[in-house]
Amino acid sequence: MKRHVRPYGDTTGDGMVQVSFTLPVPPGPKAEGAALQLAAKMGLDPAMVVHSHGIGGDFTFFVVYGSATHIVDLDAVEVVEREYPLLSPAEVNGVLRKLLRRKLVVVGGCIGTDAHTVGIDAILNIKGFAGEKGLEYYRELRVVNLGAQVTVPELVKRARAEKADAVLVSQVVTQRDAHILNTQEMSAAFREAMGDRRPVLVAGGPRFDPLMAGELGVDRVFGRGTTPGEVASYLVHALRTAQPEGAT
Amino acid sequence: MTLLGLDPEVVATARRLAARAAEPVVSIAKAHTTVAVERATLRLAGITGADTGHRAGDVPWVNRVVDTVRDHCGLDHGVVLPAFHALREHDLGSLTELAEATAAGQIQYRIPTGRAADRAARTGHTAIAKGLRTVDRNRAQRDKLVTRFGNPPRRPWIYLIVATGDIDEDVVQAANAARAGADIIAVIRSTGQSLLDYVPEGATHHGFAGTYATQENFRIMRAAMDDVSKEVGRYIRVTNYASGLCMPEIAVLAGLQRLDMMLNDSMYGILFRDINPIRTFVDQRFSRQVHARAGIVINTGEDNYLTTADAVDAAHTVTVSQLLNEHFAHEAGLPDELLGLGHAFEINPAVPESFRLELAHALLARELFPDAPLKWMPPTKHMTGDVFAGYQLDGFFNLAGVLTGQSILLVGMMTEAVVTPFLSDRDLALRNVRYVLDAASGLAEDFRPAPDGFIVKRAHQVLGEAVDLLDRIVRDGLLDAIADGTFGLMKRPPDAGKGADGVIAKADGYRNPAADLLEGK
Repeated sequence: MKRHVRPYGDTTGDGMVQVSFTLPVPPGPKAEGAALQLAAKMGLDPAMVVHSHGIGGDFTFFVVYGSATHIVDLDAVEVVEREYPLLSPAEVNGVLRKLLRRKLVVVGGCIGTDAHTVGIDAILNIKGFAGEKGLEYYRELRVVNLGAQVTVPELVKRARAEKADAVLVSQVVTQRDAHILNTQEMSAAFREAMGDRRPVLVAGGPRFDPLMAGELGVDRVFGRGTTPGEVASYLVHALRTAQPEGAT
Repeated sequence: MTLLGLDPEVVATARRLAARAAEPVVSIAKAHTTVAVERATLRLAGITGADTGHRAGDVPWVNRVVDTVRDHCGLDHGVVLPAFHALREHDLGSLTELAEATAAGQIQYRIPTGRAADRAARTGHTAIAKGLRTVDRNRAQRDKLVTRFGNPPRRPWIYLIVATGDIDEDVVQAANAARAGADIIAVIRSTGQSLLDYVPEGATHHGFAGTYATQENFRIMRAAMDDVSKEVGRYIRVTNYASGLCMPEIAVLAGLQRLDMMLNDSMYGILFRDINPIRTFVDQRFSRQVHARAGIVINTGEDNYLTTADAVDAAHTVTVSQLLNEHFAHEAGLPDELLGLGHAFEINPAVPESFRLELAHALLARELFPDAPLKWMPPTKHMTGDVFAGYQLDGFFNLAGVLTGQSILLVGMMTEAVVTPFLSDRDLALRNVRYVLDAASGLAEDFRPAPDGFIVKRAHQVLGEAVDLLDRIVRDGLLDAIADGTFGLMKRPPDAGKGADGVIAKADGYRNPAADLLEGK
């Protein structure tokens, strides 16, 4: 892999990208010119408006192809690489049995007013996601799915009552940063209520960035496309690193 | 004519089982009232507005009155008797004055007896009958406007969602959508409204992922769409949600403001919002009676089962839910033409023959409910953010809708699960629908699945599984089936869930003129 790369259309280094957008301008030559100006400011040179059509009387939609003048420096790219090995359900069960000699308790739900349980259900329900079975499938995990619109106090209470080792919250709705504020409220509440004895806190949702863990006050953040196996493997990893040295 | 050759005996068995499964629940619904039903009753009797002086923020007057009555004398006789008795006792001119006096602590509610009770019931009856006359006038007005402006030129009618959080922005988006071809505008509600035990007041501008359902917002949208109807030359229908803890009240507000369709499912609130099952069934029955009176098409929410469970494995749960929804609706007085039973295109596109499976399921719904305006809902679960794949999937969804004669088509967005749709997303989605309708609107005429082919066999299989499940539900009881996680995998016991404390067993002397009038007594 080369250190410096450009987008690939059909030839190395051609920089070709395709974008679409709408301008609040009635369709016509002026609108096309405006689209080209925007494309140039976005770093597309040369750019072509390959399609445009009016939406109502006041808007125009464009499809633009062009060569991006920008260059990506891969050395300057920061991402969270998976810091733990991916385990099969059998391996997860094996490690947990040896490590805990009891089931690992996972409490999950959607907090705040968020009613979108698709994400948490994909991870927790036995049905699973992307061909992987959900956490309910793991023999050594005990899963408590609280569902949608769980209040933070309720979540803390249940986590305590169930003696949760890990708490998973899902946030889909992002209007006015609700996902960030809700998650921060949650992590603060656990810290307040349980201090160092708090469970492992995991936040997930399509608009989360794994780099946000610190800002959110949680131990790990999972973004779009996360599978149950990744979460289960992480929980094992978190448990292992929390154990005093030599315990494994 | 039928393409699937369903056995009429099996279909009749399915309906008979649905009726038997529903029967105990209907009895429970008849034996109980809820705080929301009582509030809806007072709204029909003319109470409006909110207590803006309350320290908890605006509290609707109707909540003040019903809560106070409950504190003073309970609601097992209904709110009408104590409220109208107090109105007379204190010589107050209107329910709003009564509410103000209630808030000021001047009213001590009690249940009248004998002639005083009859008198209170009579005045209540008169007030409620007046409210129902408004509902009736709105229905007549809708018929008049449909005659004047016309219905959409072809089926399926095109249903589009707006959800900005601000009713004024919604109006702009709705008007643009209607001009671009939408026949039905649904304003999605703010996340979390279903769990509010009151209906917010006034025009609202700050919702989360949707706009609050309020009487004023209803009025604003309906008035704007009346203007647009005139402009585009067809009657644009307006849709909202009669679901959640205020289902009956919202149904009343919809009737008072001439909304045309309302989302109203018999089990959605229980399963997906964890609302108490009894609360839901009581509220649902009353709200459906109101919808029947208002000529409002209900839309049921079977699509939701397929987003939580697998759309192939759980296909029969959709059929079962449709049959239950049909029975509950008929029992509440809704005729077939007001039954927008739902189903959805949610099979994983990676499953071989997924499109043929979709056609089988869609056709089964069509042939089981030939006179119902079925609502066909687009893929959401397998919209991955790959907007190009999503656009194609929506095209297949549109084609399935045309091919199987669906009545209402909810327009799918390629940006589903990515962002709130852009103006251009909506425009492209409508272009997708228009292309398919223009290119293939008559294709149903040529579509004859082989009599013993894949599609026909699959439809028979799903119906068979539905009958088996209904049989099990009849044996176990519907409430137990819900508690066991039969639908959408959620387990919801009858004594748990939100709003359970708002359910009240009716006393022998319970009076509710609204219920009497709605049931034609």
